[in-house]
Amino acid sequence: MAEKPELEQNPAIQRLRAWNSRAVSEVSELRGEITVVVPRELLLGAAELLRGDTNLLFNFLSDLTCVDRFPNEPRFELNYHLLSLSRRAKLRIRVRTSGSDPVVPSLTSVWPGINWHERETFDLFGVRFEGHPDLRRILMPEDWEGHPLRKDFPVEGFR
Amino acid sequence: MTTTVQTATGEARTMVLNMGPQHPSTHGVLRIVLELDGETVVKAEPDIGYLHTGIEKSCESKTYSQAITLTDRLDYLAPLSNNLCYCLAVEKLLGLQVPKRAQTVRVLLTELTRIASHLVWLGTHAIDLGAMSVFLYCFREREEILKILEMVSGQRMMTSYFRIGGLALEPPTGWLEKVQQFVKMFPSRLEEYEDLLTKNRIWMGRTKGVGILSAEDAIAMGVSGPTLRAAGVPYDVRKFFPYSSYEEFDFEVPVRTESDCYARYLLRVAEMRESLKIVQQAIPRIPAEGPIRTDAPGIVPPQREKMKTEMEALIYHFKIFTEGFSPPPGEAYQTIESPRGELGFYVASDGSPKPLRVKVRAPSFVNLQSLSKLTEGRLIADVIACIGTIDIVLGEVDR
Repeated sequence: MAEKPELEQNPAIQRLRAWNSRAVSEVSELRGEITVVVPRELLLGAAELLRGDTNLLFNFLSDLTCVDRFPNEPRFELNYHLLSLSRRAKLRIRVRTSGSDPVVPSLTSVWPGINWHERETFDLFGVRFEGHPDLRRILMPEDWEGHPLRKDFPVEGFR
Repeated sequence: MTTTVQTATGEARTMVLNMGPQHPSTHGVLRIVLELDGETVVKAEPDIGYLHTGIEKSCESKTYSQAITLTDRLDYLAPLSNNLCYCLAVEKLLGLQVPKRAQTVRVLLTELTRIASHLVWLGTHAIDLGAMSVFLYCFREREEILKILEMVSGQRMMTSYFRIGGLALEPPTGWLEKVQQFVKMFPSRLEEYEDLLTKNRIWMGRTKGVGILSAEDAIAMGVSGPTLRAAGVPYDVRKFFPYSSYEEFDFEVPVRTESDCYARYLLRVAEMRESLKIVQQAIPRIPAEGPIRTDAPGIVPPQREKMKTEMEALIYHFKIFTEGFSPPPGEAYQTIESPRGELGFYVASDGSPKPLRVKVRAPSFVNLQSLSKLTEGRLIADVIACIGTIDIVLGEVDR
């Protein structure tokens, strides 16, 4: 997953770099899927740029996934799968956050459809989304303790 | 929830009503908290999770091949679409190519599944709105498709027929004749449904102008599938990002602009016709002979014959079924067009025989979010039409 020079030609990566020199901290490609790692504090700005820029137009949020890299740190990896319907292009944005303070900015202002995805990630992983209008559990019962998709949560549950 | 109304006595109140989770028209165990002003919906809030079975967590404790059986249980009306998407994601992760014959069989069967799924949708949607006989008609034809699936895989519903690298079994002799018979019979049956509904005044009254969602809202909410296409956005994964040799097939993507329940009905009926066209094209393209699985020792189980004559084949077989195989560390995200919309599987590997993470981008889950937008300001009876029209499967919503 080494950095490749042709990836730098990707318009999204070029625009992100032009916007803020620190916006792209890592780029990789695997099986034709481009991943851009964005620092947590720049996520909201980067998302607004990717959605709003007339040359990028990533207007469709396909998915939000969290991966728990426990016991490694930073523990949580959030993957945003973006899609531009007009350009037929895809992009994966990744943000890493630590296990001790798993907070990322909410992107509900950019893609309103991310609302339930963020609630699900909060419910199952315990990652908090700052600025989310209604951050409640969505799949698990309200009084549930723990976050079941974390790697330190046993498959059979706590007994 | 603070809205108030003046009742006849001058008292100010709104009523909160629970619809579901045991309501027949919620298609499973969906609960909707409705705040009502008389009969008008002020606020509709779906409450989900009643069917949450932790499938994504279970996948992490199974090998890559074992997890296929769990994917059937997500969208149980289109199990083959889930099989296909998961297999494509793992194949992408491994860099596997699937033989043409298997690819074409996959296309044919997923399109049959799409028809079967749309038939269940049409039947249940019609029964929700009071048209009893359509349901019986639809299930009659769906049964024919399930018979074909049973013939091919041994199972009517939870087929698990697609495996990583190809198919589970050699399709039986004579199965294509059965498909051919279905293709011949089905267009006249589709006309029967349309005779019953398309110009039916009650049907039009219940669905026309109901549940309108603008294209901007649909895109912003991440809505996909027929609900998005009925709003005039021609996004179909089969055309945008072709997979499993869909680029070789000639078919249209029906699009409408009215974006109401009636448009979605017409659109799904048109989609069934297009799926039938794909099935028709696929039949002559399936060669009678040829491999159904790719040759990838250590990943795809060897042929039975080889196991009896070759030592390596026997070792691989043993290793695959005792410990599985280990893809290189990495990740893959694959989307396909399921009957309900953009279905996605994200599979991440850490180099061990069990997936680090399997995430399902369930189209029903995302589409259900738009229910509030569809129903607010309308009557309770329209809520039923709207739930039906976005075609949710709770197995997939709750996972």
